[in-house]
Amino acid sequence: MTHDTARISPLLTALILSVLCGLLIGLGSAVGSTGFESWRNAMQDNTAWQIVWEIRLPRSVGACAAGALLGLAGALAQGLFRNPLADPYLLGSAAGASLGVATSLALLGGSPFATEWMVRMGLTGAAFVGAVLAVVLTLVLARGVQHTLRLLLAGVIVGVVFSAMASLVALIRPEVQQAMQGFLLGSTSFVGWSACVLMLSVLAFSMLISYALSRVLDALTLGESTALSLGLPLLPARVALVSVLALATGTAVAQTGLVAFVGLAAPHLVRSWVKTRHHWIVVLSALMGGVLLSGADLLARMLLSPQELPVGVLTAVLGGGYLLWLMYRSQVARAA
Amino acid sequence: MHSQTTALRGREVHVSLGGREVLHGIDISLIAGHWTSIVGPNGAGKSTLLKALAGVLPATGSIYLFSEEILAMDRTHRARQLSWLGQNEPASDDLRVWDVVMLGRLPHQTWLAAPSAHDRAVVETALQATQAWAWRERCLGQLSGGERQRVLLARAMAVQAPVMLMDEPLTNLDPPHQVDWLEQVRCLTSQGTTVISVLHEVGMALHADDMVVMQAGRVVHQGACHDAATHRAVEAVFDKRIAIQSMDGQWVALPKL
Repeated sequence: MTHDTARISPLLTALILSVLCGLLIGLGSAVGSTGFESWRNAMQDNTAWQIVWEIRLPRSVGACAAGALLGLAGALAQGLFRNPLADPYLLGSAAGASLGVATSLALLGGSPFATEWMVRMGLTGAAFVGAVLAVVLTLVLARGVQHTLRLLLAGVIVGVVFSAMASLVALIRPEVQQAMQGFLLGSTSFVGWSACVLMLSVLAFSMLISYALSRVLDALTLGESTALSLGLPLLPARVALVSVLALATGTAVAQTGLVAFVGLAAPHLVRSWVKTRHHWIVVLSALMGGVLLSGADLLARMLLSPQELPVGVLTAVLGGGYLLWLMYRSQVARAA
Repeated sequence: MHSQTTALRGREVHVSLGGREVLHGIDISLIAGHWTSIVGPNGAGKSTLLKALAGVLPATGSIYLFSEEILAMDRTHRARQLSWLGQNEPASDDLRVWDVVMLGRLPHQTWLAAPSAHDRAVVETALQATQAWAWRERCLGQLSGGERQRVLLARAMAVQAPVMLMDEPLTNLDPPHQVDWLEQVRCLTSQGTTVISVLHEVGMALHADDMVVMQAGRVVHQGACHDAATHRAVEAVFDKRIAIQSMDGQWVALPKL
């Protein structure tokens, strides 16, 4: 029964995932309501160039970057909480972002089409502030980062309370409901180049810190005491990693809304394919997150073209299916 | 006989868990190069004492590792001096055996540096010693409880610290591997390593050099394992339900029926 699963080297996996990211971004720039035409004519036709360069490309790059942020955040959450089902939204950031969005929508009023971009910018900021505030509140309630269970519980409490408050805002001002729903489902359609630059910078910064602290995550897999006994600076490393987790999640959520399951599934998929240490897991999870969200975004734009689905609906359906399959597989494995 | 140096010393060690004091002012000194076993009934505070001595649990009082105050020591310096093997600590199923044991080399590596040839040699030796070398490419999740325990033991040995603290190291080990463990500990102490272990198996614990007998958060006796006074103390803390007798030159604990 001791058959070893075929092992793929982390480097090869990283290469494959990078190529996939590139391919999906390329495809993403070629797919849209005007089809391949715009892409083929981009060199001659100014409008076609604008469609590809100003709309499709930033959106495809943005989907990839947001997915990467969520994948990385998921890997950090699963490592920090030593739970393979942990998810980047655990510390309440998702509910915080929703409350931020609901409040700012209610304050800015219903969105007449002319000011949509302005509202959008305001929403992005509000979502980020809401996400960070929720995480800070979770940390305060849990009295620090040292006690994992307390941290998870505080995250759940903050999540429930903030979601309820967001729903209350939506109930009082029914006109915000539709915009709010769009945010909750997640969408990449408003991502421009500035958002891409922001997400990629946050990604680079977060990746640097996570890579540098990956040994702490490795040691934590053997339990608190062992990690401490190995002379690791557990407390400062935890504070840094939780901050990076909040920053990465907040940034992604602010730009693309609450995209479901990518943060949970990406590190999960990586760990089921490649058995390696965390310095690879964080890199591979980010790449996998990029592939997942780019792929889902592409599908969301193609399935009902020229209409499009909110990408969050697709990731929810695909991610849910994946988890269901995992559950089924582990049941079968246990029965065998 | 050469003079005996003290590897670990605790003075007035108090520990509270969840607002309840579990250790009530422990004074203890453990001889360098000796194997000391800590025994006592459930809830006596054995594991808590071991954790406090390892510096992984907050405690009041003072604990000295080779005459240095343990909490004031530089983290890496301490980690090289003292290695720890916990009891039933959760370990991720996804980690490869080789990587697990290599974690024991962390105190010797600079941040982000790749393992040196020496690190790899030490890891191999530790894996060979616990007969876990054959599974080095497997994941922890694919191993049985006993196999896992041997890998974790190899991890603790890979630190090559002069002081090793082990909490219930025989958990899940079958009798031949318990004997292997005993031989490894003897080998370690013969090389000058100090070994301190909490053991449930009184019979195994009697093979140590010294014994610390605990009850209700206090040390009630500390002495050599072959000493009759130690045997009486052990029998007393177990409500005289066991009897320690000599058999074929070994001390054994027999149930009193």
